[in-house]
Amino acid sequence: MSQRFRLPSGGRVDRAKTLRFRFNGRSYEGYQGDTLASALLANGVHLVARGIKYHRPRGIHAAGVEEPNALVQLGRGARSEPNARATEIELFDGLRATSVNVWPSLAHDWRSINGLFAKLLVAGFYYKTFKGTQGLWQRVYEPMIRRAAGFGRAPTLPDPDRYDHMNEHCDVLVVGGGAAGLMAALTAGRAGARVMLVDEQSEPGGWLLGCGASIDQHPAPKWVAGVVAELRGMAEVVLLPRTTAFGYYDQNYVCLLERRADHLGRAAPAYSSRQRVWHVRARHVVLAAGAHERPLVFADNDRPGIMLAGAVTTYVRRYGVLPGRRAVIFTNNDSAYETALALTQAGADVVTVIDARAEPGGALAMAAREAGIRVLDGRVVIGTRGTRRVSGVELGRLGADGSSAEPTSERLDCDLLAVSGGHSPVVHLFSQSQGRLRFDETLGAFVPGEPAQPQQMAGAINGLSSLALCLADGLRAARAALEATGFSEATTMAVPRVEPEGQSGALRPLWLVPGHKPIGRGRAKHFVDLQNDTTAADILLARREGFEAVEHMKRYTLAGFGTDQGKTANLNALAILARATGRSIAETGTTTFRPPYTPVGFGALAGTEIGALSDPIRMTPMHDWHVAHGAAFENVGQWRRPWCYPRSGETMQDAVNRECLAVRRAVGVLDASTLGKIEIVGPDAAELLNRIYTNGWKTLRVGQVRYGLMCREDGMVFDDGTTARLAPERYVMTTTTGNAAIVLDWLEEYLQTEWPELKVYCTSVTEQWAVASIAGPKADALITRLAPSLDLSDAAFPALTLREGVVAGIPARLFRISFTGEPSYEINVPSDRGLALWEAVMEAGAPLGVAPYGTEAMHVLRAEKGFIIVGQETDGTVTPLDLGLERMVSRQKDFIGRRSLGRADTRRADRKQLVGLLTDEPSVVLPEGAQLVRKDDATRAPPVPMIGHVTSSYYSAVLGRSIALALVKGGRGRHGEIIAARFDGRTVLARIGPPVFIPKPEASSDG
Amino acid sequence: MTRYSIVSLARNALSHHEHWPRLWRSPEPKPAYDAVIIGAGGHGLATAYYLAKNHGVTSVAVLEKGWLGGGNTGRNTTIVRSNYLWDESAAIYEHSLKLWEGLSQELNYNVMLSQRGVLNLAHNLHDVREGKRRVYANQLNGVDAEWLTPDQVKAFCPILNTAPDARHPVLGSTLQRRAGVARHDAVAWGYARAADARGVDLIQNCEVTGFDIKSGRVEGVVTTRGTIKTSKIGCVVAGHSSVLAGLAGFRLPIQSHPLQAMVSEPIKPVLDCVVMSAAVHVYVSQSDKGELVLGAGIDGYNSYAQRGSFHVIEAQMGALKELFPIFSRLKMMRSWGGIVDVCPDASPIIGKTPIEGLYVNCGWGTGGFKAIPGSGFAFAHTIAKNEPHALNAPFSLDRFVSGALVDEHGAAAVAH
Ligand SMILES: Cc1cc2nc3c(=O)[nH]c(=O)nc-3n(C[C@H](O)[C@H](O)[C@H](O)COP(=O)(O)OP(=O)(O)OC[C@H]3O[C@@H](n4cnc5c(N)ncnc54)[C@H](O)[C@@H]3O)c2cc1C
Repeated sequence: MSQRFRLPSGGRVDRAKTLRFRFNGRSYEGYQGDTLASALLANGVHLVARGIKYHRPRGIHAAGVEEPNALVQLGRGARSEPNARATEIELFDGLRATSVNVWPSLAHDWRSINGLFAKLLVAGFYYKTFKGTQGLWQRVYEPMIRRAAGFGRAPTLPDPDRYDHMNEHCDVLVVGGGAAGLMAALTAGRAGARVMLVDEQSEPGGWLLGCGASIDQHPAPKWVAGVVAELRGMAEVVLLPRTTAFGYYDQNYVCLLERRADHLGRAAPAYSSRQRVWHVRARHVVLAAGAHERPLVFADNDRPGIMLAGAVTTYVRRYGVLPGRRAVIFTNNDSAYETALALTQAGADVVTVIDARAEPGGALAMAAREAGIRVLDGRVVIGTRGTRRVSGVELGRLGADGSSAEPTSERLDCDLLAVSGGHSPVVHLFSQSQGRLRFDETLGAFVPGEPAQPQQMAGAINGLSSLALCLADGLRAARAALEATGFSEATTMAVPRVEPEGQSGALRPLWLVPGHKPIGRGRAKHFVDLQNDTTAADILLARREGFEAVEHMKRYTLAGFGTDQGKTANLNALAILARATGRSIAETGTTTFRPPYTPVGFGALAGTEIGALSDPIRMTPMHDWHVAHGAAFENVGQWRRPWCYPRSGETMQDAVNRECLAVRRAVGVLDASTLGKIEIVGPDAAELLNRIYTNGWKTLRVGQVRYGLMCREDGMVFDDGTTARLAPERYVMTTTTGNAAIVLDWLEEYLQTEWPELKVYCTSVTEQWAVASIAGPKADALITRLAPSLDLSDAAFPALTLREGVVAGIPARLFRISFTGEPSYEINVPSDRGLALWEAVMEAGAPLGVAPYGTEAMHVLRAEKGFIIVGQETDGTVTPLDLGLERMVSRQKDFIGRRSLGRADTRRADRKQLVGLLTDEPSVVLPEGAQLVRKDDATRAPPVPMIGHVTSSYYSAVLGRSIALALVKGGRGRHGEIIAARFDGRTVLARIGPPVFIPKPEASSDG
Repeated sequence: MTRYSIVSLARNALSHHEHWPRLWRSPEPKPAYDAVIIGAGGHGLATAYYLAKNHGVTSVAVLEKGWLGGGNTGRNTTIVRSNYLWDESAAIYEHSLKLWEGLSQELNYNVMLSQRGVLNLAHNLHDVREGKRRVYANQLNGVDAEWLTPDQVKAFCPILNTAPDARHPVLGSTLQRRAGVARHDAVAWGYARAADARGVDLIQNCEVTGFDIKSGRVEGVVTTRGTIKTSKIGCVVAGHSSVLAGLAGFRLPIQSHPLQAMVSEPIKPVLDCVVMSAAVHVYVSQSDKGELVLGAGIDGYNSYAQRGSFHVIEAQMGALKELFPIFSRLKMMRSWGGIVDVCPDASPIIGKTPIEGLYVNCGWGTGGFKAIPGSGFAFAHTIAKNEPHALNAPFSLDRFVSGALVDEHGAAAVAH
């Protein structure tokens, strides 16, 4: 029969909407409003998982995010998700889920044989064993361990879903929509504050949704509905269900995960992102995150059917499900009596309460007794029975100090064991926000102490257990938040009236329930962390071995290291350690709470910054032309640059050769728009340049251009480029493409931190200008066609100067600078005219044989002339002198890096210096990065002393042979020496020479 | 020291594991020691161990302000490799890797060195050039290194996105097969246990708050548990090195930055090697527990708080999803931060200081876990002999005066 354990009425499920789903291949039915967990329980399915280590059967333990056991693989194919918690998955039609880490099946899992070796698999056993030899470990033991580890599986296909991010500011962020949170949000909302109320569940209300009390004479859920409706009607209130605040950073920066489509299954609309990460900056935060119930640690406390008492209440009242008919309730506090009442009201056959306290006191306990519920006090559960589901418990009488229990003859049969060890406030976010925790002895839990940020805590998070107190606390917190943010309460709010309301009795702290045998002896296991199969014996062993620090214990036993981050385990583990070491819990301290509060998908964190958006792609104004003309592109930083323009039938090398020859013999054009351009403006502009560059800048006149080199403080070359003086107080600097932003940062860092007195502004204008660089013997002819009125004679337009004019009808700046050794002009036009300029150049140049050339030809051309490329000839360890650029280093002035150039190491004679290399075999092109050794070491086995490496290497079409630049120890003194390049198992001999292959012709001003 | 083995485990199982001894004692500090090590991270513990083992110096205390192994050693992403560019780096990291290869046996503690291979991806022509350069240098230095083409990368790590149309396509990769990961806690605990067994006092919850320095020589340390006399102090406190140097009255060229890491929920084996990428900033491996272990970039600002900024994590995930599209639906389970001590040349400082008898070992920055055995070995030598070992001579503090930097920024790609 379907849904055998569904109650005939009650709960917040919609019995009119039946949903079909599959679990481990079997079909079941549930209702709209169910979670996968409640639907499984409605069908009597308790066995849902296996423990990670001993593979013992495990059931649903909780009803929310704290669930340690019920992890499933949700969905199939590309949308499959590992390790989803059944207690959080909202049921939808067609849902499919399977148990994880079982083989061949959940019912018959072969790794349950691990139980036979349980005695060997104690905490940290793998540190003591499996270390015979490295090979054995790596080939045998480790693969075995890896195969056993892990729960679900990663999908095998890329994720088809989308994710996005939102930024939001608010006056008051309320985390948690339970009684306290709703009260706080309502108060703040009515006062007109901009409020965000977030709750991780499908609807706000929290514990009220399964609560039997009435508020202002309404059943609690109805009160919730009224408040929610009012909040939804407020323009300044944002209410986000299915939204988890998972990270709390500095300055009230709180990160939320909103699950927008997961609950819809196939019905999810295509336009919606699956999940959204919100970045919220809140002026004030109200943490009303409630409390999680703790289990009790007793012998064999892990069987399916052993559940948290509060979760049982929730399944009964909120989901209309009866998790068992013969229930035993084991508690050390009053709250579980509510469960007893709920089960009795729901028609459970037998309900027995085992209360560890000698005299259970409060109102609820009274009510339960009055309802005829059997209560055995002073008793504890000292053992359980049942294989795939709990079938009975054994009882003992607890000694006064709680350290021993006298077995009684009482044996109770049951199919449900609901446990409560008290409640732990959900202090995770508070702790993440750097607030200090305080241990409250009467509650037996950590509660928020002094906050470190503008925030309030309200409700159960403060350790309050009564509904009336929580509502009042919500009001108080909201008032404080309003005061802090400058709002005043609109109308005076009153705390709603709650019925029934009664005192609860004190909790009896009980961290480890003694059993038949001392902990660690016998077969029984006292589980502390159900997800990691950490037992009390493991913790005692850790202590024995010296892992007394709570972090050590945690790491050694893995308690709290699960996907639930130990929400139900941590305090018990800590308390057991504290008792074993004779320290108080407060002295022992907690481990650090770390974001995220609950796991957050990588996809959601990545948001839209994936694929092409993972890093902006920058394209020049001429990009489309390059594409249309078959360019092959290279990524340089974020830029796409044409690498070469192969024609049909050409190899890349053919294309590069052709482009180089065109430049040397006719004219070529390069898209140089990507070079960094920084305008430097102000009365101290020249002074700044003078301090940044190694060479002098005070003599540069308006209209002149100069090449400059800059170093880091350590004297190593950092960037180079030309800078032109546009006007008396206005310069434009060019940087290498990759370093544009870095150089601007560098200038700003110095201006802001070291030289604030300099009157100068730096502005990036890289994107404002498009640049076509024209080079070749016919460059003048080409420019003349484009700008007939411009006088290009050496006298009128000398090298290293600039002119403003009109080129192809476009206002332009022309720079006469050459990076190829050929006559050369860089034409700068406003970006939006870049393409027009380029097309005009190509048209005017056609009769001259103009060829577009890419970065590779540019590299070859400059190498033929021995010009360096920063980042290729330099790697952060090369000084200007190493490059043979002493002429660039002023002796007259100070500049960044100057002092370092005088250091002992920088003056060493055997520093690596830039040289040229010609291979013996002219057709062999050395790979860049090839290491150089002395000829005598050509075949020596490693280690071989290396004397340098190849920095640039090409085939030079114009020379008809290979050329290379290299950095070689003492290289300038080794011209003529034959050395060996070693790479890929090969050795190639080459001769060292000067780093210039096509010397500058006499009387040329460009070379 | 009780020897650990499957036999001792079985024997102890019979007595319900009730007779295992402590891994280390919990001694009160003595009034004086021959040498004091500040900081019980991996480097400090290894130093103490090698002092006792290689140099017979057993009157040693390791002072730790918190719990041993709780600094960066217990927070890092545990990548172990030795394929550094420069001879000086290759020498010390390779020596370290060789020690790693026998460490489980040497310490009689399974440090779970997992030599599953480390890929350093190249995403542009510059990366390719520098990657090859490093491979060629490694090979001539006797460090195993290979260059893989994109197809070979795909074969080695099939789930990696090597599509040519990716935003930053994979153009190749270096591979060091002997590189991999290890279990961080085990390294700290293994060294701690072995050092303790040789008589070293490990003193936790003992913060050093000052030095007793007379005429340029150390005479002792001031701690929260009293003053301890000694003539030799090794300061191994990673992100707090500049703080301690300040207490001793000198400055270090170190910047302390937060560096974050995170793990996914444990899943079944899906990634069998370590993948690092500088251009698409990611480094990821899968632990023996099944978690994907990921490292983020460093936070730009200086800090001593062991936490970083959220946007760094988001950027990290975008990059991860680029390289591993199938990881999108996995979940981040835990994130945390450490404080890394970064030198201007991204290389460590291991050696003497202006104060006689005070030695520093720091500046490991984002990549010192792999160096623990080698660094401890060399630093112990330095302290015992009052002169550096050949392995750490190039890493002296003097180099910031002489200019003889060992700059691994330019070429080492990712520094982990
Ligand atoms: C997120 C992250 C990822 C990393 N990933 C890698 C990686 O993949 N591979 C790699 O090789 N390296 C990695 N590293 C770097 C590596 O973790 C460190 O270089 C290395 O662990 C440093 O070890 P240590 O012993 O020097 O420092 P730590 O382990 O930090 O130990 C220093 C100790 O000194 C103590 N101390 C500080 N001040 C005092 C005082 N006044 N008195 C007493 N004690 C004091 C601290 O409490 C601490 O325990 C990573 C680091 C981080 C943070």
